[in-house]
Amino acid sequence: MSRSHGRSRVGGFLRGAWREWRSAELRVLAAALVVAVAAVAAVGFFTDRVDRGMAQQATALLGGDLAVVSDNPLPEAWSDEAATFGLETVRTASLPSVVFSADDASRLAALRAVEPGWPLHGEARTRPSRAAAEAPREHGPESGTAWLEAPLLEALHLEVGDRVEVGDLDLEITAIISHEPDRGSNLLDIAPRLMLAFEDLDASGLIGPGSRVRYEFFAAGNSADSARFRDWLEGELEPGQRLLGLEDANPELRTAIERAERFLGLASLMAVLLAGAAIAVAAHHFAQRRADPAAVMRALGASARHVLLTYFGRVLLVAVIASGIGLAIGYAAQFVLASMLGEWLAGDLPPPGTRPAVAGMGVGLVTAVGFALPALLRIGQVSPLRVLRRDLGLPPTSVWLSGLLALLAFGGLLYWQAADPGLAAWVLLGTAVAISVLALLGIGLVWALRPLRNRGGMALRFGLANLSRRGGLSAVQLVAFSVGILALLLLAIVRVDLLNAWDASIPEDAPNQFFINIQPGQETAFADRVEEAGLERPQLDPMIRGRLIEINGERVHPDDFADDRDRRLVDREFNLSYAEEPPGHNRIVAGHWFGAGEQDADTGWSVEAGLMERFDLALGDTVTFRVGGQAVQSPITSVREVDWDSFQVNFFVIGPPALLDEQPRTFITAMHVPEAQRSAQNQWLREFPAASAIDVSAILVQVREVMDQATRAVEYVFLFTLVAGLTVLFAAVQATRDVRRREAALLRALGARREHIRNGLLAEFGTLGLLAGLLAAIIATAVGALLAWQVFEFDYHLNPWTFIYGIGGGTLGIALAGWLGTRRVLNQAPLAVLRGPE
Amino acid sequence: MDTTSSYVLEARDLEQRINGPSGPLDILRGISLAVQAGETVAILGASGSGKSTLLGLLAGLDAPSAGEVRLLDQVISELDEDGRAALRAGRVGFVFQSFQLLPALTALENTLLPLELNPTHAAASQAELNQRANEALDRVGLTPRADHYPHQLSGGEQQRVAIARAIVDHPAILFADEPTGNLDGRTGQRIIELLFGLARDPGADAPATALVLVTHDPELAAQCDRVISIQDGVLA
Repeated sequence: MSRSHGRSRVGGFLRGAWREWRSAELRVLAAALVVAVAAVAAVGFFTDRVDRGMAQQATALLGGDLAVVSDNPLPEAWSDEAATFGLETVRTASLPSVVFSADDASRLAALRAVEPGWPLHGEARTRPSRAAAEAPREHGPESGTAWLEAPLLEALHLEVGDRVEVGDLDLEITAIISHEPDRGSNLLDIAPRLMLAFEDLDASGLIGPGSRVRYEFFAAGNSADSARFRDWLEGELEPGQRLLGLEDANPELRTAIERAERFLGLASLMAVLLAGAAIAVAAHHFAQRRADPAAVMRALGASARHVLLTYFGRVLLVAVIASGIGLAIGYAAQFVLASMLGEWLAGDLPPPGTRPAVAGMGVGLVTAVGFALPALLRIGQVSPLRVLRRDLGLPPTSVWLSGLLALLAFGGLLYWQAADPGLAAWVLLGTAVAISVLALLGIGLVWALRPLRNRGGMALRFGLANLSRRGGLSAVQLVAFSVGILALLLLAIVRVDLLNAWDASIPEDAPNQFFINIQPGQETAFADRVEEAGLERPQLDPMIRGRLIEINGERVHPDDFADDRDRRLVDREFNLSYAEEPPGHNRIVAGHWFGAGEQDADTGWSVEAGLMERFDLALGDTVTFRVGGQAVQSPITSVREVDWDSFQVNFFVIGPPALLDEQPRTFITAMHVPEAQRSAQNQWLREFPAASAIDVSAILVQVREVMDQATRAVEYVFLFTLVAGLTVLFAAVQATRDVRRREAALLRALGARREHIRNGLLAEFGTLGLLAGLLAAIIATAVGALLAWQVFEFDYHLNPWTFIYGIGGGTLGIALAGWLGTRRVLNQAPLAVLRGPE
Repeated sequence: MDTTSSYVLEARDLEQRINGPSGPLDILRGISLAVQAGETVAILGASGSGKSTLLGLLAGLDAPSAGEVRLLDQVISELDEDGRAALRAGRVGFVFQSFQLLPALTALENTLLPLELNPTHAAASQAELNQRANEALDRVGLTPRADHYPHQLSGGEQQRVAIARAIVDHPAILFADEPTGNLDGRTGQRIIELLFGLARDPGADAPATALVLVTHDPELAAQCDRVISIQDGVLA
C-alpha cells in the first residue's frame, strides 16, 4: 500500500467518522458515553479528593502523616533530617501529673507539652473564657502559659487568667481547650488535658527516672516525601520506638472511613452500570440504522471483517472523543461539588490525582467495547441480500455474547473501581442476578399482558398491544428502565435507609465515658454510687494485663510477623478479662462458652474472630499469656465476633474466672453520662481516687463528623448517577423513535387521530414504567436487604415508599420521558415519514 | 363548498412548493383533476415528475402550498391534521410501493388496523373484526399466512397483506403508489389483477371503490379507466 493510498484511507476513515458523529443515533451513543464518563470522572475526581480530604482528617487525628512514639526522648536530629525531605516536624511529650491551684486544690491532669509548630494537621480551637466562642489556634501555648480543658478548670475552681502550678512551674492560664485535633490518638490519656510549651517541660522538674512520659514525634508534608522519610526512619528505629502511619489512626475512625469509601465506591459503580445499559441500548440502535449501508458495502464486495472494523473503528474514535469530553465535564463538575461541599469538609479539599483521569478514559473505552461490541458485531453479519430485500434485518444479538462481554467489562471495572474483591464480587453477583431476574420477569410480564391486548379503550389497547406485540424489545426496554429506576430507588430510598441504619448503629446513648482503674473490692461501691447518681447500674469487667508469649508451645516473637499491626499486638500487653457469661454484645461464632456443652467451665480462652484470623489461630490451639510474671496456658475453646463500633467495653481474649481471678486486676466499665451530669460525675468520682474517667464523647463527635461528611459526599456523588440513569431512559426512547415515527405516520395515514397515537404512546410508556417500577422496587428492596446484611451488617426493614416511589415515579417518569422523546412523531406530515427511507 | 358532488375526489389549482438549497422549488403547479366514485384513474409520470407528491396531497397526507383538494365531500385544507385523519379512517385505503406493514404485527393484525381505527366499528366485538380481517385475507389468498409476521412473508405476499389492509373496510377510494415497484414482473402483474379485481368488485353490498394509481409504467396505466399524465409537476 503506497503512502498516499494509506493517507487517503485514513482520510476516508476520518470523514466517515465525522459523518457518523453528525448522525443522530451515534450522537446518542456519544452522549451516553459523555454522560457516563462525566459521571464516572466526576465521581472519580471527587471521591479522590474526598478520599484525600478524609486521609487528611485521619492525619489530623494521628497528628501528622506519620508519628513515632516512645517512652524515651526521641532524637532531635530527626527533625533536621525530615527538613531535608521537605517535611515539617513537631515534638510533643505527654505525661500524667497532679497540678495545683493557688489555693492548693489539686487534680490529676494529662499534661502535654507541644512545640510551637503544633498542630501539623487540623486546627486546635480554644476559648478565651467559658462563655466565649471558640477560635482556631495555629500553634500551642507560649512559654509560661497553659491551656486547660474545662473539666480541669472546674475541678480546680480556676478561670482563665488564674495561675496553675505544674511541678516547679507556675503558669498563667490563657485559654480553655475546646478541640485538640490529635487528641483521638491518645485515647488512654486518662485525665483532662493541660497543655504547655515544650520548652517549659525541662524546667518543670517532672521529667526524671520512673516518670511515665510518652514522647511523640510527628512529620508531615507531601505524601511522596513522607513515604521516603518513612523508609529512612524505619532504618533508624530502636527498640521501644514505634512508628505509626495513617492506618494506625483510631480503629473507630478507620471503620468510618472504610465504610464511607464503600458507599462512594458503590455510588460510582452504579454510574458505571447505568452507563453500560445506556451504551448497549444506543449501540443496538446504531447497529440497526447501519444495516443498509453495511449491506451495500457487503454487496459491493467488502468482507464482514472490513465492515465490522470500519464501524467499530468509528465508534471507538467517537468513544475516545466522547470520553475526553466526559473527562473535561467530570473535572469541571467536581469543582462544583467541591464548592458545594466546602462548608462541610473542614479545610480545603486537596486537588485530585491523575488516577481518576486514566480511570475515566479507561472506563469510557471498556464500557464502549464491553457494551457496544455485541451490537456492532451484527453489522458485520448483515446479509448483502438486504440490498434487494429490505425486510432482511440484522441477525439477532447473541444474548450469551452480550451477557458475557458486559459481565467481563462491568466485572473488570467493578474490581478496578471498588479495589475490594469482596464488594466487587457481591455487587457483580447482585447485578447479574438482578438483571437475570429482571429479564425473566420482564418477559413474563410482557407475556402476561397478551390477553389484555383487546381490552379497554383504544389508546390503552394500542399501548398494551404495542408492548406485547414487540415482546422482545419491550422486555429489553423493561430491563433498561428497571435498572434506571432501580438505581434511582437504591440511591434515593435504600441509600437513605442504609445511612440511617448506619447512623443508628451508633446510638445516641452510646457510652461516652470509660471508667478504668477501679480497684478490686470497690466494684460494688462504684456501681452503687453510679446508681445513686441516677444512672443505670453499670456492669464492671475485670481487666488483666497479659503478654502473648506462646502459641501451641512455640514462642511468639514480634519479628515472626510481617504485618506491622501484628507485630505491635504481640509487642504490647493485651487486656484480658474473665467472665461467667459471654458479653451480651458479642456473638459466639465457633466453639462453646466455658461450661456450655461439653466445655470445661474452668479452662479455655474465648478469642475475638479478627484476632483468630490475624494470628492464624484455630479452635483447640493452646495459647499462653504471661500475667504478672506467671504463665497462664489454656486452649482456645470459643471464637467471638465483636462489634468494635459499639463503644462498649470489649476484649480480644476472655478466660473463665477460675483461670484469671487470682491475677492482679482492675475493673473497667463504659457508660453514657449525659452532659448535665458531668459535674456531678466529678464529685462522686473523688470517692474512688485511683479510678479515672476517659471522655470518649470527643472521639464520638469526631467520628460522627466524618460520617456526616461522608454521607453528604455520597449524596452529591449520587446526583451524577441519577443523570446517568436518565441517560438510559433517553437512549431507550431514542432507540425506538424511528419505528414509532413510521408506525405513527402509517396509523395517521390509515385514519388515526393525534390523540389516539398520543394516548397510545402514554399508555405504552406508562405501562412499561409501571412494570419497570414494580420490578425495580422489588429488586431494590432485595438489594438493600442484601447490602445491609452482607456488606454493612445492619438490620434492614422494608420501606413501603420504595414501592410507592418506584411504581408511581416509574409510571409518570417513563410516560413523560417517552412522550417527550416521541412527541415530534405527531407533528410531522405522515407523507414525509412514509416516503423517507425505511 | 358543502354541495354534494358526484366526485369522490376533486383537486383545483394545486401547487406544492418547497424551499430548496437554491431558493423555492415548485414541485407541482396548477393541477386540477377529479375522480368519480368507482372510477380507476392512473397518474402516469417519470421519476421525479411529482406524481407521488400529488398522491400525498390528494390523500390528505400533506397540505398543499396553494389550491384545494376536496376528498369525499370535505375540503381537506379546511381540516387540521386530525380532521384529515378522521376523514380517512375507514374510507380511504392505501397501498404503498414499500408495503408499509408494521413489522411487529402479524398479517391478520396489520389487516385489522383500519377496522380498529374506524370509530363506526367501536361497538363491534373483536371476533367480528377478526372475521372481517380474515375475509379480506381470504380474498387476497393469504388465509394460511394470517399469523405470519412481515419478515416471514415474500415481497408479493407482503403486498397482498397491504392490499387486504387497504380493502378490509370497503373504502370509498383507494390510493396506490407504485404498488408493483418492489416486485418482479409476474408477481407485479398478479398484484395488479388482484387490485383491479377488488376495486371493481368490492363484494356484496359494498359500495364501489375508486382507485387512484400512481405509476411510471404506461402499460399498467393503460389498464385504468383514465390516465392522467404528469411531467415536471404539471399535468400533460
